[in-house]
Amino acid sequence: MIGLQHYLTISAMLFVLSIAGIVINRRNLILLLMCIELMLLAVNFNFIAFSRHLGDDTGQVFVFFILTVAAAEAAIGLAILVVLFRNRRSINVQELNTMKG
Amino acid sequence: MLFHAFLFYTFAAVLIGAACGVIFSRNPVHAIMFLVLAFFQSAMLWLLAEAEFLAIVLVLVYVGAVMVLFLFVVMMLDINVEAIRRGMTRYASLGIAVALIMAFQLVQLIWLRSGTETLPGAFEAYPEGYSNTKALGSVLYTEHVYAFEIAAVVLLLAIVAAITLTMRKRPGLKVQNISAQVAVKAKDRIRVVKMNSEKKR
Amino acid sequence: MYNYYLAIVLAPLAAAIVAGLFGSTIGRAGAHWITIVAVGVSCALSLLVLNNMFWGGYESENISVYTWAVTDGLRMEVGFLVDRLTALMMAVVTFVSLMVHVYTIGYMHDDPGYQRFFSYISLFTFSMLMLVMSNNFLQLFFGWEAVGLMSYLLIGFWFKRESAIFANLKAFLVNRVGDFGFILGIAGVVMFTGSLDYAEVFASADSVAAQNIEVFSGSPWNAMTLVCILLFIGAMGKSAQAPLHVWLPDSMAGPTPISALIHAATMVTAGIFMVARMSPLFELSETALAVVIVIGAITAFFTGLLGIVQNDIKRVIAYSTLSQLGYMTVALGASAYGAAIFHLMTHAFFKALLFLAAGSVIIALHHEQDIRKMGGLRKYMPITYWTALIGSLALIGFPGSSGFFSKDLLIEAVRESHWHGQGAVYWIAYLSVLLGVFVTALYSFRMFFLVFHGEERMDAETRSHVHETSAVVTVPLILLAIPSAAIGWFTVQDVLFDNYFGDSIVVNSAHDVLGHMGEAFHGSMALFLHSVQTPVFWLAAAGAFTAWFLYLKRPDIPATIKDRVSGLYNLLDRKYYMDDLYIKGFAAGGRSIGNMLWHVGDEVVIDGLIVNGTANTIGKLAGVMRQIQTGYLYTYAFAMIIGLTMLLSWLIWFR
Repeated sequence: MIGLQHYLTISAMLFVLSIAGIVINRRNLILLLMCIELMLLAVNFNFIAFSRHLGDDTGQVFVFFILTVAAAEAAIGLAILVVLFRNRRSINVQELNTMKG
Repeated sequence: MLFHAFLFYTFAAVLIGAACGVIFSRNPVHAIMFLVLAFFQSAMLWLLAEAEFLAIVLVLVYVGAVMVLFLFVVMMLDINVEAIRRGMTRYASLGIAVALIMAFQLVQLIWLRSGTETLPGAFEAYPEGYSNTKALGSVLYTEHVYAFEIAAVVLLLAIVAAITLTMRKRPGLKVQNISAQVAVKAKDRIRVVKMNSEKKR
Repeated sequence: MYNYYLAIVLAPLAAAIVAGLFGSTIGRAGAHWITIVAVGVSCALSLLVLNNMFWGGYESENISVYTWAVTDGLRMEVGFLVDRLTALMMAVVTFVSLMVHVYTIGYMHDDPGYQRFFSYISLFTFSMLMLVMSNNFLQLFFGWEAVGLMSYLLIGFWFKRESAIFANLKAFLVNRVGDFGFILGIAGVVMFTGSLDYAEVFASADSVAAQNIEVFSGSPWNAMTLVCILLFIGAMGKSAQAPLHVWLPDSMAGPTPISALIHAATMVTAGIFMVARMSPLFELSETALAVVIVIGAITAFFTGLLGIVQNDIKRVIAYSTLSQLGYMTVALGASAYGAAIFHLMTHAFFKALLFLAAGSVIIALHHEQDIRKMGGLRKYMPITYWTALIGSLALIGFPGSSGFFSKDLLIEAVRESHWHGQGAVYWIAYLSVLLGVFVTALYSFRMFFLVFHGEERMDAETRSHVHETSAVVTVPLILLAIPSAAIGWFTVQDVLFDNYFGDSIVVNSAHDVLGHMGEAFHGSMALFLHSVQTPVFWLAAAGAFTAWFLYLKRPDIPATIKDRVSGLYNLLDRKYYMDDLYIKGFAAGGRSIGNMLWHVGDEVVIDGLIVNGTANTIGKLAGVMRQIQTGYLYTYAFAMIIGLTMLLSWLIWFR
């Protein structure tokens, strides 16, 4: 009987793992981006699970849009990363503290 | 059903393992490979949930495009792998504690709270001859057509933004100015000078 | 008549504006011409109005010129109440003002602030006219404050002198005390009657008198008594009654024409005028009248004593002004409003005359004001000598002079005011005014003899230059000397006994001392002939004789007396230590409280604790908080995650 709760559990585990990934990885910006992708995947799991559970296709449409936006986000994020690397010769998160006033 | 459950647990186990690989791997290329694996397993799980269209899209878009983009970037950037030392950060222990608390909460929420209210059953099976793609398409192009358009614009924006960000002018790079070449007029090229013939001295 | 009234008020205002704002364009001559013409017009029209009132049988007029604002039923208006009292005041004010304008040409001849001075005195004339012609309390207050402002500006006219600045600030602050009472009184009037208009307020006076108010809980006061005493506190400030008299002697730091106009003849009488104008209110409170009479009596006698020891010519006259204002106040307290106003009028003439004569002496001696350095000026300055003599005789009430009629009848009125009972109030008032006559004569003639008779004590350099002053100075002296000498003869019957004031002054029949005296009055000649039998005459004569004996016959005696009773002398010389009390007590106390509030309240509490404290606390807090702001992206993400976890915890476990 694999159902809603199983999928939600998978989603929760993915989410928690990606959180741990964000906190643990501070050497590499690219890994942060990947963790975000993973987090979005967890969200998509939830949408699909509830869409199936409720028998409503709108949830899947949402996933579709999330995939679109995530792709766009990844493209721009990577572009920023490239520019950043070009300017600083590094993508080490620890060196990126210019947000500190 | 048992086989279904077996497949589910197998894919789920691989997915979680791959996710762990993403966050713990030393080399970013390895991490991306683990991420690809995670996406594949997700697509499998979505197929099990009969969300076929999205499963295929996930493979095509994510694995086929986004992940390849990641790979390109990682390889292009020539990151010194040795310099990226692992090692736990100051917040790592706290972060893991928070993650564990959250995991506990979510599990409690999913299994203990709601468990008494709705039976943990399988998803309702689709009727015979049902096409997930067709069903999605029929709502995507009718009800959600504006959102669909906006999504297209977002993608366009992403293309423009990515190109704008990464484009750079290198000093000393010799290029042709094609529009100027095309738009050139005859009188810009030659000058007809009128002068009197010189007398012989 | 309406246009006349407007012209009377506005002509000096227009002239003041022109002389003040365009003074450099129109020049010195232009400034004095325009103001003199304007005040002259004002004076001529005022005399016309007075003539109409006196002999033309014109009725009083109550005109509303302009409604400034109406709020919650309270009308704030500009208006004129021109009745016989007002007409008399207008004539006195504009006449003395005109004389002073002319005189100023001579006195201020070399002063760089010539145009400014003319602008100020014209503006003062305007303010004073607004005050006396007002038909409501608001305009009265406007005029009251405006004359106070002009007084301030004119005392400090020579603003580079420290003494002038000190004096004008002192005058302003002391007047503020009085004005505080005054405005509370007006507020009381508005509270009890709901109107600012004289006519409406007087109409509802009886109902006010029937009310009680508990200022301090448990002790009900009659509302009318409270209002009248508050209004009288205002009068005490403006008319320099004890204990708010301290500013007037110091105000002599201003130019002499100002001392004559403002601090002797007109502005200081505003309080007297105001109380007379408010007679329908004061008549309803015998307590208030008792306060008035006692304050007046104290002022009349004790400030007169101070005049004996002063050596500055203007200060002597200033103390005599205080004393005479005290006399007027006593008359008010005795319900003899007519006598007070009559004395106000005669006093305006002879005191302006005395001041201008003193000014003439000061000009002649190149701004020397110490009477110990004068003497024997009689032969150098005959016109000044004779006019000053007339002024002094009028001041002491020499039979036949204007001061004789006003003062003699005033004292008589006080003696008749038995309704105050035979107790302390009556005797304080009566004995003060009676003994005051002796004191007045003593200090007046002390000054007179020291200045004009005896040996010449100025230095040789000055003596060689002494001569009679120019016509612009002497002509006003002569013109003022005429009414000082003679006006009593013609007006005493009309003003005091023939019900001249009509409705403008209301006297309770039980208090009507003037009416009572009128029955025994048989014309000015009879009064004149009778004068030798009165104690007033003999006291004045004794005063003058004492002055002659001490300062001309045996000039060595005063020094001996001074040594013998040095304690008393010091008491008088230091003005009963009132200045010390105010300056070292109130002013210094106020300053120390202010300093304390400044250092503790402002610097420590508000500035240190609240303003800078807030900033510092936030700064320190932010200094701690900014440690959280690492600038690393993952810190912010982590913060969000922690927040999410807490939100989740709340949703799951605590809800």
